[in-house]
Amino acid sequence: MYWQKDQECLPRPDLEKLQLERLRATLRRVANNVPFYRNKFAELQLRPDQLTALEELRDYPFTTKQDLRDNYPYGLFAVPLRDVVRVHSSSGTTGIATVVGYSRNDIITWSDLVARILCGAGVTPDDVIQIAFGYGLFTGGFGLHYGAERLGASVIPISSGNTKRQIKIMQDFKTTALVCTPSYALKMADVMMDMGVNPNGLSLRYGLFGAEPWSEAMRQEINERLGIRATDNYGLSEVMGPGVAGECRECNGLHISEDHFFIEIINPDTLEPVAPGEVGELVITTLTKEAFPVIRYRTRDLTRLLPEPCPCGRTFVRMSRVMGRSDDMLIIKGVNVFPTQIEAVLFEIEGTEPHYRLVVERENNEDKLTVMVEVVESIFFDEMKKQRALVETIKKRLASELGIGVEIKLVEERSLERFDGKGTRVIDKRRL
Amino acid sequence: MLVEQIAVFLENKSGRLAEITAILAENEINIRALSVADTADFGILRLIVDKVEKAKTVLRENGFTVGKTQVLAVEIEDKTGGLAKVLKSIKNAGINVEYMYAFVNKTGENAVLIFRFEKMGEAIDTLQRDNFTILTSEQICGL
Repeated sequence: MYWQKDQECLPRPDLEKLQLERLRATLRRVANNVPFYRNKFAELQLRPDQLTALEELRDYPFTTKQDLRDNYPYGLFAVPLRDVVRVHSSSGTTGIATVVGYSRNDIITWSDLVARILCGAGVTPDDVIQIAFGYGLFTGGFGLHYGAERLGASVIPISSGNTKRQIKIMQDFKTTALVCTPSYALKMADVMMDMGVNPNGLSLRYGLFGAEPWSEAMRQEINERLGIRATDNYGLSEVMGPGVAGECRECNGLHISEDHFFIEIINPDTLEPVAPGEVGELVITTLTKEAFPVIRYRTRDLTRLLPEPCPCGRTFVRMSRVMGRSDDMLIIKGVNVFPTQIEAVLFEIEGTEPHYRLVVERENNEDKLTVMVEVVESIFFDEMKKQRALVETIKKRLASELGIGVEIKLVEERSLERFDGKGTRVIDKRRL
Repeated sequence: MLVEQIAVFLENKSGRLAEITAILAENEINIRALSVADTADFGILRLIVDKVEKAKTVLRENGFTVGKTQVLAVEIEDKTGGLAKVLKSIKNAGINVEYMYAFVNKTGENAVLIFRFEKMGEAIDTLQRDNFTILTSEQICGL
């Protein structure tokens, strides 16, 4: 049930001592190797060597996604590129992509942390694990892959898409554990029904789901329809990828691998810590990352900590499933989408400040994003051929920018509500 | 030689065409010809009117997206085979028609064809060479 029992069940006092040592070392290292952190620390007259308690980390500045973008591509790497064996990246071509790197040790750590989560969910070396996350710059596919290999399970690196083939392989290869987004698991259940495949006839026992928000109701539905035990896991590429936190078999909160990540929960408005157990924004400091450490990274994910001890015996604190975002990021088909990315593409095409609206729906367990675009004169043609070509152009540009397909609906000028400043341009109709 | 046409973007929702025609009527703008091209989601309304600039201005003021294009108006006798002759001439010259629409003038003797060609210049040369009657804006409005 444990992958690294000694660490996962480390008594709290020992854990905190370890955290302090590792935190000090990380702060020292970024101050030495990353000009961004060095300058910020110097401005605030912060001396990592003088850090004597974990609470003192509160004096240190936050790191935001914008900082990562500003330092694109390699500005925040803390080791020379020759020591980097892997890079991953968020999507985006409009100058808002982010890049993260991993040293050889980072990959080993990452694999172990993912192995912990698989183990916690019940997966063993005897399992056949089908990884239906996309492989590529997205951390999901490779993250789970390396962790599952590390554990010794038999890995089917099928990647995402082609649901019928997924199901055929699941039948033929006798898959016992499925890795994907929770909505894709439900989509698979739908397609099985269409294909006349009885889920009870499959070897499937475990589902490890992540990369998008879901609910207890969805878990129940997945468990019942696929006849499995579904567990939640959490991670983000800026910090590492999947493997930051995951549920044990209690299925009551995600254990955060605190020996590698220091966690704070803050009020996103005041930036002060919330009272224990209150909902706030998750802030993560990496404690062991070599190539891409982050200090007080604002994840923008809202959650709360569950401080009570867990019957499983792990001493790592649990976080509740992610309850939402403190920014306008959307997760569509497991892909992170920022309205600003869409805005940038439309601006390029229209040559003027675009007026648009995003509508997100879930149809047949699949997310669908529709971008409503007001037609201004620069994108209006008297010829239908050209007007339709414009729709196709927007579609293609957005698909390549976001990494997911979108629908475009052209609407009349001034037909969309105007927002002052940071109003919401998003209508999310999904009911999880 | 060329006639000004205005185009208006329309979402497919009820009452929009009625609104446009009401706006034009209030401003004493006369519609000489019109056509609508549509898909499931949206349409493009094309209009030939007597007061192009004014029509553009009032429609814009009312929040419509308006474009202006030049089209070619060809007058033919309203007889069987009239349109076929024009299209044959255009085809022989290897010119593509982007869109066209037609109306019959008040006397009922002649028909007016409104064309948008891929190559407008070449189309004019071809039609003139084949002795078709090309109407000006003034002529259209006088019909």
